[in-house]
Amino acid sequence: MSDEVSAEILTTHILDLAAEGKRLDGRGPDEYRPITVEPGFVTTADGSALVRIGNTAVLSGIKLEPGKPFADTPNAGVLTTNAELIPLSNAIFEPGPPQPGAIEVSRVVDRAIRAAETIDLTRLCVTPGEKTWVCYVDIHCLDHSGNLIDAALMAAVSALCHATVPAKRFEIAEADYPLAVNHVPIECTFVRLGDAIVVDPTFDEERAAQGRITVATDEVGRVVAMQKGLVGAFSPDDVKDVVRRAFRHGERHRLLAKGGTP
Amino acid sequence: MYASVLGLLSERPPIVQVIPLSGRYIPKPNDTVIGTVTDVQGTFWLLDIGAPRWAPLHMTGTPWQIDVGETERFLRVGDAVVVQIESLEATGRIGVTMNGEGLGKLEGGTIVQVSPARIPRVVGRNGSMIDTIRRLTGAEVVVGQNGRVWIGGTPDAIHRVSEVLRIIEENAQHSGLTERVESYLRSTTPTGLKGPEEPLQEHAHRDAPPRVLTSAEPDEDAVDAEDESPEPSEPSEH
Amino acid sequence: MGSVGAKEVPVLLSPEGLRIDGRKLDELRPIRIQVGALHNADGSAFVEWGANKVMAAVYGPREVHPRHLQQNNKAVIQCKYNMAAFAVDERKRPGLDRRSQEISKVIGEAFESVVFAEEYPRTSIDIYIEVLQANAGTRCAGLVAASMALADAGIPMVDLLPAVAVGKIAGKIALDLKKEEDNFGDADLPMALVPQSGRLVLLQMEGHMTEEELSQALDLGVQGCRAIYEKMKQALRERYATGPIGGSA
Repeated sequence: MSDEVSAEILTTHILDLAAEGKRLDGRGPDEYRPITVEPGFVTTADGSALVRIGNTAVLSGIKLEPGKPFADTPNAGVLTTNAELIPLSNAIFEPGPPQPGAIEVSRVVDRAIRAAETIDLTRLCVTPGEKTWVCYVDIHCLDHSGNLIDAALMAAVSALCHATVPAKRFEIAEADYPLAVNHVPIECTFVRLGDAIVVDPTFDEERAAQGRITVATDEVGRVVAMQKGLVGAFSPDDVKDVVRRAFRHGERHRLLAKGGTP
Repeated sequence: MYASVLGLLSERPPIVQVIPLSGRYIPKPNDTVIGTVTDVQGTFWLLDIGAPRWAPLHMTGTPWQIDVGETERFLRVGDAVVVQIESLEATGRIGVTMNGEGLGKLEGGTIVQVSPARIPRVVGRNGSMIDTIRRLTGAEVVVGQNGRVWIGGTPDAIHRVSEVLRIIEENAQHSGLTERVESYLRSTTPTGLKGPEEPLQEHAHRDAPPRVLTSAEPDEDAVDAEDESPEPSEPSEH
Repeated sequence: MGSVGAKEVPVLLSPEGLRIDGRKLDELRPIRIQVGALHNADGSAFVEWGANKVMAAVYGPREVHPRHLQQNNKAVIQCKYNMAAFAVDERKRPGLDRRSQEISKVIGEAFESVVFAEEYPRTSIDIYIEVLQANAGTRCAGLVAASMALADAGIPMVDLLPAVAVGKIAGKIALDLKKEEDNFGDADLPMALVPQSGRLVLLQMEGHMTEEELSQALDLGVQGCRAIYEKMKQALRERYATGPIGGSA
């Protein structure tokens, strides 16, 4: 509707529906929109994946380049995550330096990848103290219709799962080899709409939300990252409930990230 | 130059213009539109009506007696209103008014956005489609030419109308749309609603707060101002 | 293992007159255009051109921000061309760079020549071009995508803008260079045509060409543009035959 301002009526309606366990698009409180994952979307990247959740579309590309390790971690590779929330994807984004929303998405995705030890950074090391692989995770939002975080992390991990280390091209080894992925974190984002806590918010639901919480889980039963966002509050019981739900969704989405969708 | 595809490509060279399936609403005089207040100033409000520019609504264009600086008391950012396009100036300024029957502030219910290009199908020839929708759902519906549709009534009625709008949006260019809509509505008629013969206007108000604030009591049957045909004096059987 | 430094120069043109991908000198790479690829934008298009993947979106006409940029008698047309970090072989640092700024400017000016901006005074029409995967000719692919996105948004124009780059490989004028040809070729000449008038609204050149070669290149480019124009019209027909946007459909 309005790019800038949400109609109060719509917000009220979303909250009224939520009070009855219903949502604008007819989903249940614990239902995701349809998800598609296309690994290998961009061949100039060393790994890539395009993820759609409903009308939200996020593309991630991995680039691996030789570089210098950080002085305080001479045996470790370098991982860096950057998310671009570009004006192309939604009227609310302005061109220019990253806004707080983009920075938050970058950091929440990065936190999950790192905490889950998705890739073993020591295996990226070529010569301790001198040469290591730098792994760039670039996330490009193409269409923002809500829940960028879940789509962004899924795109990033799917891209990592399908990435090749360009060892031959950079003359570090005889042949390229697949990037070793040890853990596959998945994030699930929930928003509070009145007393209801619903998963996978659409853009309108995010605007109506009174708090947002993201939980990242891995395949060995660990919670690896959490982030509460927007203005609102969650009780400890709320948090336990969403964690339980996040594990369940995580199992399914992990398969999609690793295998892609037909 | 172009084959006429659904009449969408302009036949007048040298201009290329496709009537978009998505995209902005282009205002026409006398259109009734639904807007959202995006800014409040001392003597006017700015409305987002989904057009290339925001439309200023001056305080004198309302039925209310407002002192300068008091505008916020009447309409705030986020409020939704039904207004009519009065003038389109060469500068691009879109003049609107809230003085008139069926115009005013909207309360309760919800607003659904469809492509402006679909609105003629939402209304139907001589209002046939919108009449069918109202009749078979008991909902109050205000159709804005800018693609915004306000729906009031029971949550169930609101849901069914929203579904119909979605069906129209996705199938407008296919034949048999009217049949598809009617078949959906008849197959989902909730219990308690007897059918087309029952006067449904009373049901519409049961659970919804007052719909529209105007200077006079809104005429029971004047639920929309966008009909091309004369207002029916009572719910009609088509 | 190859030697560090110098890359092998590939054979760009075989004795039979075939290029490294088997094309003849006047052949275009395969082009696929999807109009209405995005949900949020007012108009959008996704173009796959050879190994290029380019997304374009149009927002507007809409209110101008900041207000002081608005023009009293027409819409302000702003174009922003950008490459994703992973779009090229060597990762590109995100953020504005001078090449992107220049391309944004020339593409914006091309559209200013054909869009009926006077229809929408005091508004802005914002064109965003994102190169997701690059393989030479991205500004032309971007222009074509943006042209389709403008049409998708219902913005009136004199005409669609087909665009293509002509180059010189192994001494011969060639249409639509791909990456390797561009890297080792002798000239690059991107252009955009208004088919209605036969005039060019984008024209740049870099390299060496004789007057004769330039004349040949211009003719070949116009020929290429006309072929691309047909594909663009076809894509619009397909879009409106199949209906509204539905995800990637």
